[in-house]
Amino acid sequence: MFPELNHLLNTTPDRAAQGKLTLLCDAKTDGSFLVHHFLSFYLKANCKVCFVALIQSFSHYNIVGQKLGVSLTAARERGQLVFLEGLKSSVDVFFRAQEEPHPLQFLREASAQSLQPLYEFVREALKPVDGDEAVWRYPVLLVDDLSVLLSLGVGAVAVLDFVQYCRATVCWELKGNMVALVHDSGDAEDEENDMLLNGLSHQSHLILRAEGLATGFCKDVHGQLRILWRGPSQPTAQQDRSVTYQYKIQDKNVSFFARGMSPAVL
Amino acid sequence: MVGGIRTARPCHPRGAGLLSVTQSEGARAVAGGEPKMLESVLALGGLVLLRDCVEREGRSLLKALIKKSALCGEQVHILGCEVSEEEFREGFDSDVNSRLIYHDFFRDPLSWSKTGEALPGGPLGVLRTMGSRTDGHPPEDQMRVLGLVHEELHGPGPMGALSSLAQTEVTLGGVLGQTSAHILCRRPQQRPSHQTQWFSILPDFSLDLQGGPPLESQPHPVPHTSSVDPTAHLTFNLRLSKKEREAKDSLTLPFQFSSEKQQVLLRSGPSQASSHIFYEPDAYDDLDQEDPDDDLDI
Repeated sequence: MFPELNHLLNTTPDRAAQGKLTLLCDAKTDGSFLVHHFLSFYLKANCKVCFVALIQSFSHYNIVGQKLGVSLTAARERGQLVFLEGLKSSVDVFFRAQEEPHPLQFLREASAQSLQPLYEFVREALKPVDGDEAVWRYPVLLVDDLSVLLSLGVGAVAVLDFVQYCRATVCWELKGNMVALVHDSGDAEDEENDMLLNGLSHQSHLILRAEGLATGFCKDVHGQLRILWRGPSQPTAQQDRSVTYQYKIQDKNVSFFARGMSPAVL
Repeated sequence: MVGGIRTARPCHPRGAGLLSVTQSEGARAVAGGEPKMLESVLALGGLVLLRDCVEREGRSLLKALIKKSALCGEQVHILGCEVSEEEFREGFDSDVNSRLIYHDFFRDPLSWSKTGEALPGGPLGVLRTMGSRTDGHPPEDQMRVLGLVHEELHGPGPMGALSSLAQTEVTLGGVLGQTSAHILCRRPQQRPSHQTQWFSILPDFSLDLQGGPPLESQPHPVPHTSSVDPTAHLTFNLRLSKKEREAKDSLTLPFQFSSEKQQVLLRSGPSQASSHIFYEPDAYDDLDQEDPDDDLDI
C-alpha cells in the first residue's frame, strides 16, 4: 500500500470504513497501481480478501505485492486470500463436465446473460466459516477488472446485476468492502462501458479516477488522480468533495503531490 | 424500478435509485418556517422526478422531501433498489422512521438466493397490494410519487418519457461546492414554470436555502467600478495628427493595383506597334533550334 495515498484518503488499515464500495477507474493510463494498493492495504488490515483477477496471473500480483510488503502466497496458504486466477481457470471451463458450475461459466455460453455462478463463488469464498470470526476482521472483494467482462461478451446489465448482488452480500450483509476497477475508454461509441461506469459511479461511496495528463506523456508526472467522495455520510456538511492530485509511480512507492508541484519542477 | 422501462424486467437497480410513494391521509399540518422550495416541489402532486448525476447525488434531496412529507403526517412507502434499508433510514429520527415503510428490492431483486426472501411479484406486485389495501380509505386518495433517476444511465427516450409523465421535475446541478435545483412545474392548462434554487442539505435532512451564484450558474466577472481609459498612458502613439492622416491616406502601396499604375502600364502599349526583344548571344549560345545540344552528326 502507498502511505501517501492513505494519507490523502484519510484512512489506515486499522480504521478503514466498512460497508463501502470503492470504484477505481482509469482513462488514458493504467490504473492497476490502485488495485495493488488496495490488495496490499486489505491484506495488511487483516481482512479476508477474495480477489477475482481476470487480467494478470497470480505471480504478477505476487511480485508486485512483495514490493509492497505482502506475500500473496503466504496469504493464500493461511486462508486469508481466495484468488480466482481468471487466465488459468478459464481453460478449466472447457475441460469440465458441464453440470458442474464454474465461476467463469459464462465463457461457454453463446449469449452470456448471467454472472450468477461468479457471484456464488464470491459468496462461498467470503461467507463466514466457524472459527474464522476471531481471525479476520471483515471480508473484502476485489475485482480486476470489470471492463474485461464486457469484452468477453457479458452485457453491462448482467455485470451491474453481479455488482448489485456482491454489494448486497459483501457490503451490506457481511459488512465488508468492495473494490472494482473499470476502464474508461473515453469513446463516445462504447455505450455499454459508459453505462457500466456511470451505474457503478452512482453506487460507489468513493471514486478514484486515474487520468493521463492532457498534455501527454511526462517523465516526472505519470498522471493525475481525482478523488471523489460521494454520499451524505461525510463528516463535513459539504457533500461530494472532489480533489485532484498528480502522481509519479516509482519502484516500490507512488508519490502524490498537488498539481504543478512535482519535485522535478520546483 | 424506473430502469424497468428499458429492459422489461420488473426491477433493476440500474438507474433507479428508488421510487418512494406517498399516500396522504387527509389534512396535513403545515409546519411554519419550512423552506418554500420543498413545498413548491411537493405541491402539485402526481409524479415528482428528481434527476441527478454522478457529481451531484440526489438521494439527500429525496430524503429531505420524504422527511417533509412524513412530518406532515403522510405515510411513505419506499421501493428501495439501490441502497439497503439501514443506509436509507440513516439520518432520520424515530418519528420520521416510524412513518416509512420500506419494501426491499436491494437484497435479492432477481431471486438468485434460494431462501425465497424476495418479495413476490416485484415492485409491481407491491404497488398492487398497496392500491387494494387502503384500510377504508377510497382508492382515489391523492397518491404522490417521488422518483429518483440517474439521468446519465438512460437514453433520451426513457428520460423523455419520464419527463413527460412528471408534474414536477427537479434537475440537480451546481458549481464547485454549491448545489442548485432547477425546478420545472407543469400545472394543468398553464405554461410550465421554471425556477432555480441554490441550497445545501444539512445532516438532519433539512434544507438550507442559499443565494448562491446568479441564475446563469456561471460566475460573473467582477464589473469595473470606474471606467478607466486604457489608452491614456501609453508608450506608443495611437493617435494621428491631421497632417499625418493626410500623408497616410495619400500613400500608394507598392503592390496595390491602383488606377495610376494601370495608366502607366497602358500608356506603354499603344506607342509601339509590336514589341521587340534584343538578344545578344555569346560564344557558348547555340542558335540552332533543331539541335540544341549540338551533338547530331548528320
